[in-house]
Amino acid sequence: MGGARAILAAVALGALASGAVSQAPAPAPPATNAALVEQGRYLAILGDCASCHTRPGGQPYAGGLPLTTPFGAIYSANITPDKDTGIGSWSEADFYRAMHEGRDDQNHHLYPAMPYPYYTRVPRAEVDAIRAYLLSVKPVGYTPPANTLPFPLNIRWGLTFWNWLYLKEGDFRPAARRSAQWNRGAYIVQGPGHCGACHTPKTLAMGDKGDDALRGGVIDNWFAPDLSGERRGGLGSWSAADIVEFLKTGRNARSSASGSMSLVVQVSTAKMTDADLSAVAVYLKSLPAAKAANPASPRTAVMTAGRAIYIDECSACHTMNGVGATRFFPPLAGNANVQSSDPTTLDHFILTGTQTAATEARPTALSMPAFAWKLTNAQVAAVATYIRNSWGNAASPVSADTVGKLRGKVAAHPLRKPPGRV
Amino acid sequence: MTAGAVLGSAPLGAAAAVIGGAGVPWTPDEAAYPLTADPARKYGFFSQAEAAFVEAAVARIVPADALGPGAVEAGVPIFIDRQLAGEFGQATRWYMKGPWAKGEKTQGYQSRYTPAQMYRTAIKVIDEAVGRAANTSFAKLKGEDQDAFLGRLETGDAQFADVDAKAFFTLFLQNVMEGFFCDPIHGGNRGMVGWKLIGFPGARYDHRDYVLQYGKPYPLPPVSIAGRPGWSA
Amino acid sequence: MTQVLPKVDVLLIGFGWTGAILAQELTDAGLGVLALERGQWRDTPIDFATTFAQDELRYYWRKELFERPAHDTLTIRNTLAETALPMRDLGSFLPGSGVGGAGIHWNGQVWRYLPSDLVAKSHNLARYGKAAIPPDMTIQDYGVTYDELEPYYDKFEYLCGVSGKAGNINGAIQPGGDPFEGPRTRDYPNPPLDMPYGPTLYGQAAAALGLHPFPHPAANMSRPYTNPLGAQLGPCTYCGFCEKFGCGNYSKASPQTTILPVLLRKPNFVLKTDSEVLKINLAADGKTATGVTYIDAAGREFEQPADLVILSAYILHNVRLLLLSGIGKPYDPVSGTGVIGKNYAYQITSSVNVFYQDKILNPFIGAGALGVITNDYNGDNFDHSGLGFIGGGYIGVLQTGARPIETHPTPDGTPKWGAAWKKAVAANYLRTSTIATHGAVMSHRGNYLDLDPTYRDVYGRPLLRMTFDYTDNEHRMSGYLTEQAARVGRAMGAREIKVNKRVGSWDVVPYQTTHNTGGAIMGTDPKSSALNKYLQSWDVANLFVMGATAFPQQAGYNPTGTVAALAFHAAEAIKTQYLKDPGKPLVQA
Repeated sequence: MGGARAILAAVALGALASGAVSQAPAPAPPATNAALVEQGRYLAILGDCASCHTRPGGQPYAGGLPLTTPFGAIYSANITPDKDTGIGSWSEADFYRAMHEGRDDQNHHLYPAMPYPYYTRVPRAEVDAIRAYLLSVKPVGYTPPANTLPFPLNIRWGLTFWNWLYLKEGDFRPAARRSAQWNRGAYIVQGPGHCGACHTPKTLAMGDKGDDALRGGVIDNWFAPDLSGERRGGLGSWSAADIVEFLKTGRNARSSASGSMSLVVQVSTAKMTDADLSAVAVYLKSLPAAKAANPASPRTAVMTAGRAIYIDECSACHTMNGVGATRFFPPLAGNANVQSSDPTTLDHFILTGTQTAATEARPTALSMPAFAWKLTNAQVAAVATYIRNSWGNAASPVSADTVGKLRGKVAAHPLRKPPGRV
Repeated sequence: MTAGAVLGSAPLGAAAAVIGGAGVPWTPDEAAYPLTADPARKYGFFSQAEAAFVEAAVARIVPADALGPGAVEAGVPIFIDRQLAGEFGQATRWYMKGPWAKGEKTQGYQSRYTPAQMYRTAIKVIDEAVGRAANTSFAKLKGEDQDAFLGRLETGDAQFADVDAKAFFTLFLQNVMEGFFCDPIHGGNRGMVGWKLIGFPGARYDHRDYVLQYGKPYPLPPVSIAGRPGWSA
Repeated sequence: MTQVLPKVDVLLIGFGWTGAILAQELTDAGLGVLALERGQWRDTPIDFATTFAQDELRYYWRKELFERPAHDTLTIRNTLAETALPMRDLGSFLPGSGVGGAGIHWNGQVWRYLPSDLVAKSHNLARYGKAAIPPDMTIQDYGVTYDELEPYYDKFEYLCGVSGKAGNINGAIQPGGDPFEGPRTRDYPNPPLDMPYGPTLYGQAAAALGLHPFPHPAANMSRPYTNPLGAQLGPCTYCGFCEKFGCGNYSKASPQTTILPVLLRKPNFVLKTDSEVLKINLAADGKTATGVTYIDAAGREFEQPADLVILSAYILHNVRLLLLSGIGKPYDPVSGTGVIGKNYAYQITSSVNVFYQDKILNPFIGAGALGVITNDYNGDNFDHSGLGFIGGGYIGVLQTGARPIETHPTPDGTPKWGAAWKKAVAANYLRTSTIATHGAVMSHRGNYLDLDPTYRDVYGRPLLRMTFDYTDNEHRMSGYLTEQAARVGRAMGAREIKVNKRVGSWDVVPYQTTHNTGGAIMGTDPKSSALNKYLQSWDVANLFVMGATAFPQQAGYNPTGTVAALAFHAAEAIKTQYLKDPGKPLVQA
């Protein structure tokens, strides 16, 4: 059997010792302003710092999570207050420079996997608050693995040129014509929330294609969908309330947060205030629709095979008519993820399975099983094509070749173990 | 946030898993996938003589006839061979410590033989008995004589020194049923012939549309865990 | 070398239904809870995903989710005169192993016992007199009443999202429900499941005979359901791989689907898998549990101290651990004294196959608790005068999915193999329905549990020994139920029926039910029971013992509903009474 079973010790057993009913408190932080720390704690939620700076099984903020790029893996840094391996010895100015200019305490460039092109919109006072909060968490002595970037990308000074192209340093500037709510939403999305880090298409150098902001991008073997008003692959059919519910609970009547968004919801958006979520929704709903694609028609034989697989393997959750079970198993009919111009996310779901976000409101992380072990590339392509072109859906057919390439990539992901199939 | 995910594989014998505080652990593409039979598999446990016995005997249990293929066509001999070569044959899950006693009939299986040993011993003594009585092997008997012999095993009329004939027959009959009706991933029920014979639609997971279709034939074809011909364009 | 670990507030031994319930309740009360589970971690997408869960050979016949006798079994015999021999393979019952326990592969049959079931002795004495209870029938009252348990039955039904139809709401009989049930304060949280053809035909025939058919209460979801904890259960798809299988699409209630998503978020809960408790340790006075000794899969031994110990393993293991730990006085069947091991009971079942010539029933469509039931012959719902037995059982058609290795019924006179067998199976598979009877087992002086003198487990500890057989009461009662089932079967308009009576002694081989009960029973007197009404040990006040272990005898219903109600009842007593003055008995002996 392939089932590996070991699970991390997420809670120190000592925490259960008689009388102690919660985790032992962290060592007393350096004398600091409690209100500043609290402000920083919330800003760190807006910034989703924990998602990237915590590896599975690792201590919060100790880093070590790999981000796979087309060039290699970049590991997140330890941002706990540990003096040797974390940021304990960084000055306020060091931290601000990292957030605004993408340079570390030694003035070396950070790779833009760290979304400083977004964090640069965060004003100094808020950056200081985030630092105050990070200095209050438990210090962890841990050095993340070395990045696996090839020459010349491992030479960090090359980033000077990158920054010249893609870093537009400076605080967020509100739009005078817009409401305070819209501006708050725009600030969160463009600033600490760094939504575009995933949702904006990238240039070959992995910089944002600025003209296509938030129109969907491939990152880490996922396609982060279009957040514009486009009706098929975007948010055109979502109301502002749909967006708020999705970000707060991890699901709504149209979709479930899964893939890498699952963690974003759990760690960040589910913990945002309702006012901030509404602001984000108002801002996103103001984005104009991208031009809809005109997809090619799928082959009949492929649709027939895809339908057979769908009936046998998918209907138990997503139902024969593709409507699923509202807020339990997401509908595939009208679903933006499955109709995205790029099928990477749908293919990835099918190959490796996925898990929806577990939130306070919706604690059950409903899971979809993996199919990599039982479907061939052609079969994955057929069922994906069927899903993309049934019940009113329309999107380009998926090729077996595309699936095969993704299969190779997800199998090579540095977090994954060899497949369990025998 | 306290990260919660599965860390690494813990083969049997490794330290305990400790879970809590971080939600339910989950890792992409990790599950207790089935061990699937290689369709090109040849006998790995049975000797030639044993295979001859098994092929002849399963053909009497589920014969090929006008209703459709029988146990041989369904791959039952290979299925049994594969089972005996694996955990089942070694009685890995069973309590196999002595002392040994015959026991009452309500006390269940009390043989010291594992299923693999049971087959090996029983086939040997059966062929010896047939040799003494008819100067041939079971596989070469005429069909009706094979039936008569199997009948004596079934009732316990046939008695052997080294093995409980009835216990063997009970095990054998059960294994034939398993091989004829199991999912084809296990090497039996080839072409889903056992399922097609009776109308079982196989490894499906959604019958909602058919619960209230009283008296109506079920419309979907059988499907294995490994799929069906319709899955390929 | 035994490593001593830091003390915890609460230690749970075993992590199935009752362990999960107690963990959820006691972490809510702010206690730090550690659960030790001897088996492995299990969850829906890992262990029984829809992509491979529907594998009859692997999960039922090769028993992948069940207890492994190689690791732990018991010895069995029918009478004191026989030598007990090990149950070498599972058969008659199928205990679970691993997180969720048998709560993963159960059917989801959620019953409340009749008010009279919980006071079986006094009720039968009052109605039928002393002569109705033979001298060796050792039945007792539970020491807790239906009215006391009602809120906890309700709590479990809502936790599990039971699909059903109430028959009695606050005393008002509800059409379409079970008119014999005890009064409930509200209806089930979900409507009944869609009913397939076979159970529907049973219901029609039963109603025509004047009986009272109703849909079986099922922890299989008739619609998407969010339970009071916020856990989400999907709609049942009637896949037919429910009974004896894990559910792949979250539609059967289990610890995994109803409690764990919430519990595992709590910082004051830790679960250790692959950790088997060897014994409960006692202080020198013998009246206080100090914790447990356990061993992990790598063979390392630990001592885990705890303020409160809760035994929440399967009933057979609960009783064995009590005996191995020297807690309570072992029962002696000769003198009838002692309490640990006393009043082991079970369930008695039989069936009637109903063969149609032309009706296609599609019996592979199924869910664990999908069916139509009549309770007219359960408990004391009918007059037993002159029948020569007490108790009863339910009768009905449960369509759990006719998986073909297990289920391919043939009419009387069909051989078990060969061309005639093949022809009969092909002709009847789609056209057969089966009426089941599910009867009570009264406790008996000679039916008990103790430690085996000969056989040992992997750690060298004695195996549990079960001495059990059906008595005249069970045979008469089951015979009566089977006749009633046949009567309905004959009225179902079929070509023929086949009656499968339960005859002879209890046999360990054919699967019957995993409803083992008793061995550390609850009651009002420490001389005749091991536990008080809150499942607290009379002998060791900081030890509570969950499960059907506490049943003084087994009623005609599946036990899980009552097991869970007793667990919630105990948890409430721990939270509201015990914690105010820990270590003290909640009931004065």
